Parts: sequence; C-alpha cells; structure tokens
Amino acid sequence: MDFSFDIQGGDFMQAGSASSEVKKILKQLNLPPEIIKRIAVAMYEAEVNVVAHAQRGTMVVNIDSEKVHLKLIDEGPGIPDINQAMEEGYSTASEAVRQMGFGAGMGLPNIKRNADKLEIDSKVGVGTTVEITTFLK
Amino acid sequence: MAEPKAFHHALTILEEVCIGCTHCIQACPTEALRVKEGKARLIDNRCIDCGKCMQVCPVNAIIIEQDDFEDIFKYPVRVALVPSVLIGQFPRHYPTRKIYSGILEQGFTHVYEAEHGASLLIQKINELIADPNRQKPVISSFCPATVRLIQVRFPSLVDNIMLLKAPLDLAAISFKKELLERGHKEHEIGIFYVTPCASKIAAIKSPVGQSHSPISGVINLDTIFNKVYRSFKKEEKNSCIVPEKEQLREEEMTWSLTGGESRYIHGRSLAIDGRTNSIDFLEQIENGTATNFDFIEVRACDESCAGGILTTANRFLTSERLHERRQKYQQDKTDGKLFDNKTIDKHAEYVLEHVNIEKVEPRSMLKLDEDMESAMRKMQRIRKINSYLPGIDCGACGTPSCRSLAEDIVQGKGHTSNCIFVQHALNKPGDKPSRADNIWGEDRFNELLD
Repeated sequence: MDFSFDIQGGDFMQAGSASSEVKKILKQLNLPPEIIKRIAVAMYEAEVNVVAHAQRGTMVVNIDSEKVHLKLIDEGPGIPDINQAMEEGYSTASEAVRQMGFGAGMGLPNIKRNADKLEIDSKVGVGTTVEITTFLK
Repeated sequence: MAEPKAFHHALTILEEVCIGCTHCIQACPTEALRVKEGKARLIDNRCIDCGKCMQVCPVNAIIIEQDDFEDIFKYPVRVALVPSVLIGQFPRHYPTRKIYSGILEQGFTHVYEAEHGASLLIQKINELIADPNRQKPVISSFCPATVRLIQVRFPSLVDNIMLLKAPLDLAAISFKKELLERGHKEHEIGIFYVTPCASKIAAIKSPVGQSHSPISGVINLDTIFNKVYRSFKKEEKNSCIVPEKEQLREEEMTWSLTGGESRYIHGRSLAIDGRTNSIDFLEQIENGTATNFDFIEVRACDESCAGGILTTANRFLTSERLHERRQKYQQDKTDGKLFDNKTIDKHAEYVLEHVNIEKVEPRSMLKLDEDMESAMRKMQRIRKINSYLPGIDCGACGTPSCRSLAEDIVQGKGHTSNCIFVQHALNKPGDKPSRADNIWGEDRFNELLD
C-alpha cells in the first residue's frame, strides 16, 4: 500500500502534518503502539528536516505485512558530509530556526535511533533522499 | 476478537427528547456517536465520558444518570465526599462552613472534601519522577476522561500514565478507615461522591486499573447545589449542624484546577486543559516533539474541574474563589491560626498501601481490524469510497464526517446512499440545474456520479 504526501519547504506551520496523517494510518492498521511511536518520531524528524532545509519534498510511504518504508525525497541544498551530519549536536540551522525549537542537531541521530534501517543519499545542490525502514516482524 | 463490553457510561441519551440534530456527533472528540432512526446513539467502547455532547446538545437530551438521592438513607452513616469546586458554585458571601452545614442539612452525617490525600500524592508522584527508568513524561491519572482518551486515541502513551489513584479514592479510603475505627460497621457506611462531571462517575462505576471503588454512590454536583442553594434562598431555619473542623492543605485546595498538580511536581512539568488542547499536546508527545518533560497534567475540561459539565457557576469565578481560599489559608498559616489535624495523615500508611492502580490497557478505537492485512484491505476500500463522497462533513448521514461514513460502510455499519448528496446526484432529473446546484455548484454532483 502506497501513500504520498507533498512537503513544502520553509513552512514550519505545516511541518508535521504529513506525519500526523501517516500516524493515523498506522493506528488504523493496528500496528503495535511501540512500533508506531518509533516510526512517528523518525518520520517527524525527517519531515521537519525537509521543511527546514529544502525547497520542496515528497514523502512516500509504503506499507506491507513485513515493513513500513518511508522515503523522503527533497529538492534542496543536499548534505556535503553525511557522516558529520549524523553526529549528535551537529547542526547548520540558523539562530532564527533554533529559536523556533528546531535545529538542535539531534535530527538524523534521532531518526537512526528510531529506525531499523536508515539510508541517506544526497547530492549537493540537487537534493537528499532519506529512506527509513521499520520491520514489523 | 470482540471488545469486552465493560464500559459504564453515565451519559444517557433521552430518546423522547433527542431530535437527531447531529450537533453531538460532530462535537465528540472520539467519534463515539451516530444518528440512527432519528436518534443519537452512543458507541460504548469509544466514549470517554468527557461530556462534550451534553454541552452542545440544543435540547438537553443528554443527561448524566446519577444514583437516587434517597439511596443515601439506606446507610446509617452517610458521607458526602465533595470536590472543592463545589464551594465555587456559591456566591462569595456564603462561607465554606455554611455550605457544608447546608449539605449536612440535606441528610448527610458527614462532609469530607475529596482532595484530602493530594498532599500524599505529591510525594508519590515526585518519587515516580525521580526514577530514571520511568517512561517520561509521566502523564497524570487525575482526569478519568484523559485516561480514557489516551486508551482509545493514543494507545502508545498508556505506559506514560502514572499508576496512582486520584485524591478522591484516597480520601474515601482514609475516611472509611476512620469511620471503621470509630466503631461503625462496614455495611453501615455509605460514601457518596458529589461529582462535577460524567467521567468521574464512569471511573467509580467501571474503574480503569482497579477492581472496585470504595465509593457507594454518586450524586451530581448540580443536584446538591440546587438543593442546598434553594434552602439558603428560602432561608429555612437551619439547625446549624456544625461540620467537623478539618481543613484541606493549600496544595489540596487548588489541586483540581489547572496547574493544581504540576505546580508541586519537581522537574519540568506542564498543565494542559481543554479537550482540543489535550489532543494537540498528546499528539506532540507521541511525535516526540514535546520532549524532556517530567510530568504533564492533562485535564479534559477548560479550567479543569471548575469547568466540569455539571458545574453551574462560571468556571473563572469558581477558580478565583478557590485561589482566594488558598491565599486565606496561607495567611492563617502565617498568623498561626491553623489546626493541622488531618484524618488522612493518621491513616497515611494504610492509604499509601492502596495508592497504586494496575497497568492501563490500550483499547484503540482507530484500528480497522485486528489483523493488519484485513485492515489494509479495508483501508483501501475506505479511501476509494471517501474519494466519491462530497467532503462537506455535513453530518446528514448520521456520522461525524464523510470519512467516518466511508469507514462505517466498510465496517458494514452504513450505506453509500446514506449520503444525501449521493442520493441527490442519483435522483437528479435531466440536466437542469437544481436548487442544490445553486449552493454547491453543479460539478460537485457530477463528480459524485463519475
């Protein structure tokens, strides 16, 4: 089963709306609450990353009986050094963004902690694709 | 597997009064109402007893069932366990003592405030917060509607709920113990809680996480208020029964108001009130965006119990009166005018032995099926049906939204032709624009038929 949601870059008012929709779907599918919670946290972080950094993006959700697979594809600046971005506390966010409560540099590490598999592919100046997989069994 | 049918709801729909207007079905935070055959019907395992439906009903067809007041006379010892917000219902020139002797005049032998015990709870909650292995944030179990909201809408947060009884249970336990020690027999003691809302009744009649409640019956707050206030107005010659002199502590006086708990909890805490605010914030906790909180107080009503659906006075004025009472207490304390002779302190050890409740189980109302693959098939059908529906959420089909009609159809509880827009599109004679087209545009109906 596939779902697709558009994410608008720079619109923090809307940040999290796609995640909320997906979370409702997961509840309707009767996934175990612990799994939903992990996915919700990872998914929200990933969505906010797109809002914070990219011009626009899409979240594609694929669910089958084995796993929940999230793919966030954005058009944006890309990540020059993925390893550095994975470090806790590393952030490129501006002071203004930090004051809104975002950009603490915990995003990617938090996603990793809450995902069974995390794949990041990025081209500087083109965009980033983040894939988060959670196994159900 | 069928959900066990063990939900007592105090909210009752009076069929002969209900006009099937759909106000309630659209106001319900858990989509627990439908209109069928012209009458609102409650879906038992979804209702969280918050009472929103009762608030919006234009014809007062939704009431809160209570025990017969005469039931109190079955017991030789009759205790009115009253919430502190009761005092706030009365104009300010009626002092607390007069109000309590007014309650005794109605036939009770004792009046005891339901917040005694909150001071014991503070200590227990702070112990929970201090435990590094404890799931954070700890969410208060004070408001029964909130506990039920989490069970049905936020199953992943049930482990955050603190497994401690509310002050009213602790107050009942300790006062019963006291009466037994004074020589009364168990069967002689009737403890009646005067409730400001429906969810407390549900919590007493079908408690979550505890097998039974020490409370014998429930009387609605407005019933007591009406009886007592009327006796004041008629200036009946009161025999001036003097209530036992026992005071709540300052932290207990405002425990049931917003911030009443969180103010006394160590660490980072926050107080949320109101149904919509509660749902929004629980979403945030679930998303992991409201992090690093130790304690969250969540109350279903605006201004917490001061805004309980059975209260009669303005919630802000009630709240003001309770805060003034607290300030007076502080002043008396400074002036050395206080007696600190609390019954509950005498029985603290006994009460604390009974303070815990068992694990709260999730009971998701959202799941379409126990089995994930069946749920996926149902979801696909729901999405398809939903895409044909007009998206107006008018409620005329008897469900709260087009989406919920689609869900009901797939669950075998509704039919596409329940939608008046679908009916209209099917019955439309020829190509001539109808009156409905003037309002909604012709395309809307053509889309339904495509």
